[in-house]
Amino acid sequence: MNSEILGTILIFLITLLLAYPLGKYIAKVFAGEKTITNFLNPLERFFFRICGINPNESMNWKQFLKAMLTINMLWLVYAFFTLVFQDKLPLNPDGNPGQTPDLAFNTAISFLVNCNLQHYSGESGLTYFTQLFVITFLQFVSAATGIAALVALLNAFKEKTTQNLGNFWNYFVKSITRLLLPLSIVVAIILAFNGTPASFDGKDTITTLQGDTVQVSRGPAAGMIAIKQLGTNGGGWFGVNSAHPLENPNYITNAVETISILLIPIALVFALGFYLNKRKLANVIFGVMTFLFVIFCAINIYYETKGNPTFDNLGIVQTAGSMEGKEVRLGAAATAFWSVATTSTSNGSVNGMHDSLTPVSGGIILLDMMINALYGGVGVGILNYVIFIIIAVFISGLMVGRTPEFMGHKVEAREVKIAALITLLSAFLIKGFTALAAYMVAHHPDIAWQVKPEAWLNNPSYHGFSEMLYEYTSANANNGSGFEGLSDNNIFWNISTGIILLLGRFLPIIAPIAIAGLLAKKKFIPDSPGTLRVDSVTFGVMTLAVILILTALSYLPALALGPIAEFLSM
Amino acid sequence: MTQNKRVIKLFDPALVSTAIGQSFSKLNPRLMIKNPVMFTVEIGTAIMLAVSIYQLATGDLSQGALWYNISIFLILLLTLLFANFAEALAEARGKAQAESLRKTREDTPAKKVIGAGEIYRNEVKVVPSSQLRKGDFFICEAGDVIPMDGEITEGIATIDESAITGESAPVIREAGGDKSSVTGGTKVLSDKIKVKVTTESGESFLDKMIALVEGASRQKTPNEIALTILLAAFTLIFTIVCVTLKPFADYANTPITIAAFISLFVCLIPTTIGGLLSAIGIAGMDRALRANVIAKSGKAVETAGDIDVLLLDKTGTITIGNRKATNFYPADGIDNAAFVEACTLSSLSDMTPEGKSIIELANLNSKNFDTSGAAFIEFTAETRSSGVNLSDGRRIRKGAFDSIKNIVNKAGNSFPDEIVERVKIISSNGGTPLVVSENEKVLGVIELQDIIKPGIQQRFERLRKMGVKTVMVTGDNPLTAKYIAEKAGVDDFIAEAKPEDKMHYIRREQESGKLVAMMGDGTNDAPALAQADVGVAMNSGTAAAKEAGNMVDLDNDPTKLIEVVEIGKQLLITRGTLTTFSIANDVAKYFAIVPALFIASIPALQSLNIMGLKSPESAILSAVIFNAIIIPLLIPLALKGVAYKPIGASALLRRNLLIYGLGGVFVPFIGIKLIDMLLGLFM
Repeated sequence: MNSEILGTILIFLITLLLAYPLGKYIAKVFAGEKTITNFLNPLERFFFRICGINPNESMNWKQFLKAMLTINMLWLVYAFFTLVFQDKLPLNPDGNPGQTPDLAFNTAISFLVNCNLQHYSGESGLTYFTQLFVITFLQFVSAATGIAALVALLNAFKEKTTQNLGNFWNYFVKSITRLLLPLSIVVAIILAFNGTPASFDGKDTITTLQGDTVQVSRGPAAGMIAIKQLGTNGGGWFGVNSAHPLENPNYITNAVETISILLIPIALVFALGFYLNKRKLANVIFGVMTFLFVIFCAINIYYETKGNPTFDNLGIVQTAGSMEGKEVRLGAAATAFWSVATTSTSNGSVNGMHDSLTPVSGGIILLDMMINALYGGVGVGILNYVIFIIIAVFISGLMVGRTPEFMGHKVEAREVKIAALITLLSAFLIKGFTALAAYMVAHHPDIAWQVKPEAWLNNPSYHGFSEMLYEYTSANANNGSGFEGLSDNNIFWNISTGIILLLGRFLPIIAPIAIAGLLAKKKFIPDSPGTLRVDSVTFGVMTLAVILILTALSYLPALALGPIAEFLSM
Repeated sequence: MTQNKRVIKLFDPALVSTAIGQSFSKLNPRLMIKNPVMFTVEIGTAIMLAVSIYQLATGDLSQGALWYNISIFLILLLTLLFANFAEALAEARGKAQAESLRKTREDTPAKKVIGAGEIYRNEVKVVPSSQLRKGDFFICEAGDVIPMDGEITEGIATIDESAITGESAPVIREAGGDKSSVTGGTKVLSDKIKVKVTTESGESFLDKMIALVEGASRQKTPNEIALTILLAAFTLIFTIVCVTLKPFADYANTPITIAAFISLFVCLIPTTIGGLLSAIGIAGMDRALRANVIAKSGKAVETAGDIDVLLLDKTGTITIGNRKATNFYPADGIDNAAFVEACTLSSLSDMTPEGKSIIELANLNSKNFDTSGAAFIEFTAETRSSGVNLSDGRRIRKGAFDSIKNIVNKAGNSFPDEIVERVKIISSNGGTPLVVSENEKVLGVIELQDIIKPGIQQRFERLRKMGVKTVMVTGDNPLTAKYIAEKAGVDDFIAEAKPEDKMHYIRREQESGKLVAMMGDGTNDAPALAQADVGVAMNSGTAAAKEAGNMVDLDNDPTKLIEVVEIGKQLLITRGTLTTFSIANDVAKYFAIVPALFIASIPALQSLNIMGLKSPESAILSAVIFNAIIIPLLIPLALKGVAYKPIGASALLRRNLLIYGLGGVFVPFIGIKLIDMLLGLFM
């Protein structure tokens, strides 16, 4: 048992050791400094030339967002139609059908927004063509969109006063060529050597020891799994994601995949410090994120390795911990650690079933997604964190008797309004839609829908409530994992989560960029002894308090009716 | 200095009774809607009233017992009244403060000068002050109360301004120059002046300030607006929490009463800060007024808290306005002892600080002097010298270099070169030379030097800790300026300053993003006062200066800026800390109410009832009662303001976070538990 816990600690330490230099590298790439990947310059120039893009053209925050949103919309349309008509396209050795419009709507949005909520199973719901040219493609570009948005935010604070947030296309292309692609190749090779399939052949037929024949799905999976982890996408090749023995064959691949989940999100925090030359600020942000992350991990590992209290009451010995929904080859601790890593970073891949976690662990990962800024998704995690910072800066600025300032710019009514709206948005989306679903289950369980609300939930009572809450929380956080007990492939869930996905992705990107753009235009105020330093430990504690209080106040009643009630009733 | 500061007790009975009346009239929804947080409470109160009436009419008990619903209604009503009371009390205090100033400008007879009179030109006619219009002229003689703010156009007079400033020592005001402004309500003690009315009645700075304090024309300040937005967002979040709770509870088969919903909502939304927010703003203006500063807008006071750079005139601010004698320099051939004696004699009756300092420096026993029959010549603005005519015929004069030179030259005597030289040396060292003559012959020169105000170093140190850079502005040469700047501990100085130098300095600092405050009185200062982010004009200053600045200091005290900065900071801190406190309170309220809501259907949630509250009803009542009474309990803090300590931003944040953040988490646990125990005696 101890070696399992030691294993998770080791995985985390290796991640940090890799993330620090990677952060330095990322900062250099976007600052246009010389790096070891400079040999890719001609390739990028080639892209820009054929697309007619001037990568040095400056953009203000509105232009930047316009470029970003326009290309995203195009991808959405492309992905939707390709999914609907995938049965008519090549590379479909298993003869899988096209997706229904509502499922395609959900899937296209889900991958566009870096969420990867999957209301289908990869083996039967997609073809190799859509896996590669829709799913994997979107996994790259959505991650790159997030990183480009982050660089725009950083640019706002790099200069004293500026309108120029840099060029979207430049950051977008470089995110892929310099970061996502090279790292994905490395991870994919490791996975392929450990047994993850990388072939275009269709299903394999295997005769088991019992003599039964089973059909085993395959495909060019290794590359997709690499970017799924690195780009905080999370959508698996196979339905059960990294719990599948071909998607995550052994402890080594599990370690590599766990590291891949956390690597870029953590590296980007360090990159912020190097890029802005504010290392202390990066350390404080990293400290706050890591503080909560480690606590969450400790809680989940404790409860998962301790075992299920209901079994204890029955007198069943659980030396391996609570193993329901977990893989024997990975163990309880590794799954507990993964569950926090994947929800912290808005990744959403799983190596065990979250539906089967003990109630406290289930509550923790819900909370983790409600915060959605402990490292967070690539790029967007820090954007979410900035919203918390703005609220913290405002309240603590008042508390020290000065008009609140962030990065040398006054935070005034307009910025507070935007930040407050975003804080409001997630509470509204998650609680509003969960309430709608709960209302349907409570008052119209047998309404004449294709899948009746009474058939949605696999579990009654508190756990059923958690399943609904989890689905919408995951959608809003662009996480993509699920309490898979929920029957979610039907019009109600496909459309409602689709709407949340879009709003929960783009508004929280638009808002911080708008705030940064507005702040950057304002007069720069140099620090004085009276200025509240955002890179101090005190301010870190303040941000932590804001994160916890805001989340607790928004979601406590919901959590009380779900995981807390379930835990206390056990 | 005898200050009769107007002190108003926090809960002055007269003010309290006015405020209580106001609390009810402020329930008008049209007034209430300006405060979104309290407006939602009012809606909740109305719903509870409807529920209670419905129950009375039908006897339906599905919404809980009648007494329980009526109690909730009454407590919510009380919450509203408490919040209104806080605002009304702040307003009443402000009004009382303003009233005591306004008394000084009750209708007084004015001797109006009528250019084309009935009989003569420039006929003087006594009219009520309310009939004076901007541009009119009036005359004031010794004993008259000045009827209206204005500028002296002719004459010089001593004026008692104690009615406005509380300072009993009379001041001199004269036509031309920077001390030409007079304020309505002050009294002329000597001489006669002709004054031009500069403000329309009802539009003076004081009138504007009174309007600001009374709330009629009170505009929300930028930070207040931003905070209101944030509080509105919190209110919306908790609206979502409460509305979605209904389907959640339906799913969990838990009926929740309307009273419980509304109680949860009212407890969660930031009513504490919402109820006290406007009171805090008014109290800030009131504190400024009590410091005898008239702010033209609330924004100006708030901006003062953000000041980075403070421009201060040397004279009167950093140094004592009056210089002190430091050296005697006799002319060639004059005995030192005789010179010192002459100096002492000339100063025996001189009551100015300079005169006293000469006697101090000479340190001779004045009883040895025979001053019988001596006639003392007082200092006048025309002669710019003073002295004594002794019975033995000696005429001793002391005064400025050029005035004594005049006297000496008129008598046909020559002015010694070495004294001219000495005068130059003294001047270039930042001192003031005072030449002494006897029978129109030069005896020597006394050196007067600037004396740095005691305690000023500590004040600058305090400013530095507040993050404010101090800059000394002086007409002195750079060497002297540097010497005094170092001694006083200011961070920077502008030497040989011309008015436009101030302007340039302010511009330069502003370009680098700093906020600059300055104080001034002269017409020359007006552009710089207008340019500065906070410009404090002295009340004694010219109308142009007063018009250009955004505050007027009635005390004419140049160090007042330091107080103004602290008042501004205090205003923001009070808002910030009470917001933190209000939101931190919610944690305990959740632990009281959430278990109470679900206990019937989910008994396991009893473990969340960590306070061990007796019953769901008493838990909810306790939380709502706590939520209501915390408002009046915090009124003193809101009105007095949270103390500002210049200990650096991080340390201050740590301190306030501990007191109001952590305190805000724990206090309601204790408070709610106590109220629950108390309720347990009756329920």
